[in-house]
Order: sequence, then structure tokens, then C-alpha cells
Amino acid sequence: MKRSLLLILAAGAGLATVPWLGLPAFYESILYLVLHWIALATSWNLLSGYSGYFSFGHGAFFGIGMYTTATLATRFDIPFLWTLPAAGAMAALFGTLLGAVAFRVQAVRAELFSLLTLAATFVVATLILNTPIDGGPGVYMSAVPVPAIGPTASGTFYLLALAVALLTVVAALAVYHSRFGTGLFAIHDDEDVAEVMGVPTFRYKLGAFALSCGLAGLVGGVQALFISYVTTGDTFTIALPLTVVLMAVLGGTRHWAGPIVGATAITLLLYSFTGGDTAIIGKGLTGLVLIVVILFMPEGLLGQALKWWQARRGPVAAVPPAPATAPAAASARRPIAGAGEVLLRARGVRKSFKGVQALRGVDLELRRGEILGLLGPNGSGKSTFINVASGHYAVTAGAIEFDGRRISGIPAHRIAHGGMARTYQIPRPFAHLTVLENVALPAMFGAASLDRRRAEAEAWQWLAFTGLSERAGALPGELNLHQRKFLEFARALASRPQVLMLDEVLSGLTPSEIDEAVALIRRIRDQGATIVFVEHVMRAVMALCDRVVVFHRGEVLAEGEPREVMQRPEVVSAYLGQAMAPACAELADEAPMPAGVAEPIHA
Amino acid sequence: MALPSATLLAQAILAGLFTGALYGLLGLGLSLSWGMLRQINLAHFALAFLGAYLTYELSSRRGVDPLLSLVFIVPLFFALGAALHWVLTRFRVSPFNSLLVTFGVTVIIEALLQWIWTADYRKLESSYAEHKLRLGPLFLPLPELITLGLGVGISLAVWVALRRTDLGKAMRAAAEDAPIAAAFGVNQNALALMLSGLNAALAGVAGVCIALAYTLSPSQIYAWIGVVFAAVMLGGLGRPLGPLIAGCVIGVTEAVTMAVTAPSWAPLVSFSLLMLVLLARPGRVA
Repeated sequence: MKRSLLLILAAGAGLATVPWLGLPAFYESILYLVLHWIALATSWNLLSGYSGYFSFGHGAFFGIGMYTTATLATRFDIPFLWTLPAAGAMAALFGTLLGAVAFRVQAVRAELFSLLTLAATFVVATLILNTPIDGGPGVYMSAVPVPAIGPTASGTFYLLALAVALLTVVAALAVYHSRFGTGLFAIHDDEDVAEVMGVPTFRYKLGAFALSCGLAGLVGGVQALFISYVTTGDTFTIALPLTVVLMAVLGGTRHWAGPIVGATAITLLLYSFTGGDTAIIGKGLTGLVLIVVILFMPEGLLGQALKWWQARRGPVAAVPPAPATAPAAASARRPIAGAGEVLLRARGVRKSFKGVQALRGVDLELRRGEILGLLGPNGSGKSTFINVASGHYAVTAGAIEFDGRRISGIPAHRIAHGGMARTYQIPRPFAHLTVLENVALPAMFGAASLDRRRAEAEAWQWLAFTGLSERAGALPGELNLHQRKFLEFARALASRPQVLMLDEVLSGLTPSEIDEAVALIRRIRDQGATIVFVEHVMRAVMALCDRVVVFHRGEVLAEGEPREVMQRPEVVSAYLGQAMAPACAELADEAPMPAGVAEPIHA
Repeated sequence: MALPSATLLAQAILAGLFTGALYGLLGLGLSLSWGMLRQINLAHFALAFLGAYLTYELSSRRGVDPLLSLVFIVPLFFALGAALHWVLTRFRVSPFNSLLVTFGVTVIIEALLQWIWTADYRKLESSYAEHKLRLGPLFLPLPELITLGLGVGISLAVWVALRRTDLGKAMRAAAEDAPIAAAFGVNQNALALMLSGLNAALAGVAGVCIALAYTLSPSQIYAWIGVVFAAVMLGGLGRPLGPLIAGCVIGVTEAVTMAVTAPSWAPLVSFSLLMLVLLARPGRVA
């Protein structure tokens, strides 16, 4: 990051000398345009590229900035430079308001968010047009004095655009390398999982939106005086957000410098085709470029170039930072303080989905240091319970207490901070983050809340623990199912949870892989974690669980020591069906379990 | 602000219905391709304007009756739509990227229109525009009546076709769950090609209506996007009657707003409505 920052500042210092070189003013206006679009595209990318929430409302915030400056400078005679912070603040305020409403609604994602922000653009435009802010004829700013920063007026505008572009790019770079940025990239890949792993998704999205809008407002403020005549018709167009999206996508949205590449390329392309019929060719070419890039280079010019560069250099050898730290995690059995006391308590927990009752009043207790098995036929409510306890779903009624604090009804990321971690039945890794980054993320955002360097060190330990060290630099898509399941383990463990909830981690694994996983779970418990274990593989349940709870149709059917519970007639009938129940109950003494439970575990 | 007279109000409602029918006609293809093919086809608007310009060209240069030009436009656009769909599926373009790709197509078509017909405003002078029917104190311009008729007729026809015919049922099944439908012998790829061809043909029909009633200019492509999207979302994705009904609701509220306040307030209604629907009932859309 330091090198990139120095590079940006050096480029900025170099570019700042341009007005004094005595070049024709024409160069300054081209460069002004390039910088203007770099700032707009980069500010858009801060929210939309990083977190995947594509805003089509960038024109609205840009326009709010323009009108703030125009109004303050013409009506209130405030010096132009002083209006710029206000332009940024006003746009950020509107962004925050819109975001605070939009991000509350879970389903407003992807294209719905795009449409919402597009609609907001036209609402803002109509309001400005019909109120005295504009009133119809537009705002003339020709009487507003241009501050004498550069040797000429065009030099001044160039320097202002340069300053705004530098500010935006530095902000994008800082966010890219920060914890905030990591959280945004996780939101991009899988927002629900990010939240459950401790990323405060609402706050992060809102923060990124406010920052993105504020910077757009600042660009608008400068542009207002540059064009010196502001109208709603030219400001609030659909063309502006689309152009910005085009630039960012062309360059690559997953890198801070992507929009710089895209904005420069498009602006110069359009500029080289100005005037008469050639302007039409330029326009058509932009459309063609957009299509070709999305079809053949979905990661953008910069994304593709970085890929080639990395492929040429060969895979980066993934080496743990310091070998001394690696074995610490696998240390001997830790004594468990307060073993046996109730750590998690559910009372009358209900969850319905539009009339389907998945949980109908579940009471259960989890004791510190134990492995509690949740059993039951498909659809009995086991996974729903995990989803409710981890905050993935809100309870319909009832209460859950964790470590003496009520956790039902609070956001999932706060439950994660409290020391709860879970795995997903179907692994849900962050697709664009490496295995190492996937594991470091919960260490950064979960209960442990480590800084990035220590989180990565922690991640290396858990990769060694789960046998994934070799694959640290790979993307999750390159792993097989077994490895992806173990990646889920490593992610859950990296947050150093008090309670670890494992949702069918063994399904789909071969018998020898199951043995390996069972040994792993034993080692996890030996380190002091309390485990909730949802599983259908009965021999693993018998080998691992201290206690089991059997779910049936959303209620707790039985609870107690595994071997004893599985012999109860009501449990057998729940698994095998009513008609078989009497016969099975008799058989239960000899062969208590439906499938291979009596087999020894080679752990 | 003075309340307008009853006649003025009735005329406004009528005008709103006429515009609404065009919103519905434009929105129908958009809604079907989004709801059933998961493609957000921005190029739909560009295709409609291409259709409008072709109608203009055929009518003003070759003297072809605007409605007769449908014979030429519908098959041509069917082929264009199927070709676009083929490209999108060939490259496995995600729903979001389909929006960007079709934006690229839109820009290219816009440049093409500007190249051939210049950026000047064009107005089709047809014999239809001279006929004005009277209903008591109200005027019923013929081009708008044709639009209303086509909008209602086509929306109903698509609704019936999707509900009652085997082909329509197969399309709905494929839209709901493509792999399962395929397992029951539904040739999903052929149906998707057919449906996207149909959608583009609908854009062509809407284009003829635009040419009959409106002044053309390439940049007008973008003027329709926002409000038609609002109609599509309000109507619910993939429902054939949705865009028409929602379009008429929006059209009438806009027209009444214009009559009661100033025309410049009109966009506030549709876009506030769209925002409300997105925030209050996103499930209806997604």
C-alpha cells in the first residue's frame, strides 16, 4: 500500500506542474475531463465495485453537489472554494438517508438496488426543477469569481480536478487495504455469510455509500463552476451513471486502480472522436468496447492484466509467516473453565416462514465444554435452529440467551462478536478471496477481532490444523468438496468461538474422510470449544456427542445420553415411520440404530 | 392552484390511459425477458426506437402504411431478439451483466440511428394523425387509440397464451425451474430463443406505436427507461397483464398530476411509486 500511495502522490505532484509548463489551454481541458471522470468512476467504485451494490444513482449525488455549490455561490455569495465541502457533505447526507432506508430492506440487492438509485435520481431532479433551487431556467454562475490557484482559469480548474481526483483515489486505496475494504469485498461475495462472520454489513454499506456519494458531490461542486451553467436536464441523466459504470467495469471493479484505467481509456477514446460524424463513431465504439469487455474480459482490463502478470510470474508460493506460531493451535487439552454450566439457552423458540412453522416452541440448553448432537429427520428444524441461533434468521417468538445475554433479535455480526461461529451445510466460501483470506476474515471480524497481520498468522495456524496449508493461495473454487468442508471448519475456528455450530459437516464425505473429520472435531473440543453438531452420520454422532437432542416437526422430541435416547420408541418411529414403531422398539435392544451406528470409529 | 374542470380532468385521464398503454406495451417484453429469462434487456428501448425509425422511413419515403410495416418489422425483430439471446447465453452472461451488455447494444443502436437519420427531430406524417374521433366533449386521437388497442390486445393474447397453451405452460415451467422442466422433456433453449424473439417483436410493435404518436430523436431512447421500468416493477415481473395495468395507473396519475399542477412534476409520481414498491414489497419483484 505504501508503494502505491507514494506512486499516486508522485504522479499527483508531477501533474500539478502542468499549468506552469505553458502548454496550450486545450491540454488542460482534456486533462480536466480525464481527472473528472477518474474521480467520478473511482468514487462510484468505492461502494459499487467493492461491495457489489451497483448504484445507478451516481448522477443524483453528483447533481446534488453541483446544485449545492451553484446555490451557495450565487444566492448566498459564499466564496466558491468554501462551497465545495458543503457540496460533498450535502451529497453524503442524501446518500446516507437513502442508504439508511434501502439497506434496511434485505431483498433490495443487485439490480433492485440499481433501479432504486436510478429512481432516486429522477425524484431528486424533479424536486430541484420544481423548487426555487432551480425553478426551471437553470442557474447561471458566470458572475462567480474563479479562485486564482493556477496561472489561468483553465489551470485552476485543472488543479481543482487534480486535487479531487487525488483525494478520491487515495480514499479508494485506503479503503481497499483497510479492514473496511475487506468487509466490503466479503459483502460482495456473500453478504449473509459476511454478517454471520462478524462483518457489520449495514454500517459498512452505509459508510461506503456515504463516502462514495460525498466524493461524487465534491466532483459536482467543481464541475458546476467549470461549466458555469447548471440545468437539471443536463445534470440528472441516465447517461452519467451508465458512463461511470462502463468506465469502472472496463478497467476492473475489484481493484482500486481499475476505474482510473477505464476512465482514462474511455475519455481519450471519446475525445479523439469529437466533432461531427466522428463523434457518432466514438459513441458506437464505446458501446462495442463495453460488450467486448464484458463478454471476453469480465474482470476488466486491469483485472485481466494482473491475472496475466501473476500467471507469468507463477503462483505465489504460500509460506506461513513464522513457523514458530504454527503448532500453537494444536496444543494439548486446555482446561475448560466453568465446564457444565449452561452457555446457550433457548426458550419457546418459534420460527415460521409465511405460515410454515419450522420451529414450534423449542427449549434446549447447551452446556459449556460439551458436544451436543442435534438429530432428527430431514425438515425437522435442526438447521433452522442453527440459522436462528447464529442470527441468520430472526426468531418469530421466544428467546435465546448466550453466555447470560439475550441474543435473539440482535444482528448476526454482534452474535459473532460474542463468540459464536458456524459452518454451512453446503460450503459458502467467499468466492473471490483466497483460502487464506477466507480464514483470516473471521479472525478479523469475529470474537477475536485481530488486526490483519495477526489474523493472517492465526489463519495459517488453522490452515495447518485442518491440513489446508498447501492450498492457502488458491481460490475456493479450486478446492474439492472435502477441502471446502474443511475450509468451513477453519473459518469457523479462526474466530476463536466459544460455541461452534457444525451443520452437517460430514455429509458427502467418504468414510476415511469422515474419520479424519471426527478426529478433527475431537481436537477442537479438546481446546475448549463447545460444539453443537447437526449430523445424519450416526456413527459419528455416537462417537462424538455427550448429549443429543432429537428434533421432530419443529419440536424437541427427546433429549439425553445418545445411546439411551436413540432406543426410545418415539425416536425410532420418528426416524423410521409410525407403522414400524412397535417392531423396531423390540429390536432396539440388539440393533439400536438404523444405519451402521455400532461400527467402531477409527479416530 | 385551481382545480381543472371535469372535461379537462376526463381528457387528462384519457390521455393517461393512452400513454399508459404504450408504457404497458413497451414494458411487456421487458417484463417477460426479466421475469422468465433473467435478462435485463436495456436494448429493448433501443429496438423500439429502431422500429419507430424504420416505420418512419417506410412510411415517409416508400409510402408504406405504418400498420402494414408490422409485416416487415415483426419477423425482422424476432430474428434480432433471438440473435441477441443467443449471444447472451453463449457467453453465460449473468443477469446483471446482461444489463451492461444490452446497454452497449443500446449505445450502438443510438449511434446507428444518429448516423442514418441524424439527431434532428422527426415526425411521421400519416393519415392516421388527421382522424380525431369525438366522444361528447372528449377528443380521441386515432394513433393513440390504435396504441391502446394493440396494448390491450397483445397483453391479453400473451396472458392467454402463457396460461392456456402447452407452449405457454412449457415456457412458464422452464422459467420456474429450467433443469426440472428439461427433465420433463421441455426444450428450454428453443423456448428461450422463441420468447426472446417474441419480446423483440413486441419492441418492434411498440416502435410502430411510438412512430405514430410521438416525435422521434435518437436521444429519446433514454427518456422512456425510467418510467417503463417503474411500470414493469409495479406490475410484477413475468406477468403479462402487469405492465399494462401498472402502466395505465402510472399514466393516469401522471396525466392528472400534470393537469392539477405543472407538467414538470409528473416524473415525481412514477418514480416515488417505484421507490415505494421496491422498499415496501421487494419480494414482488425479485
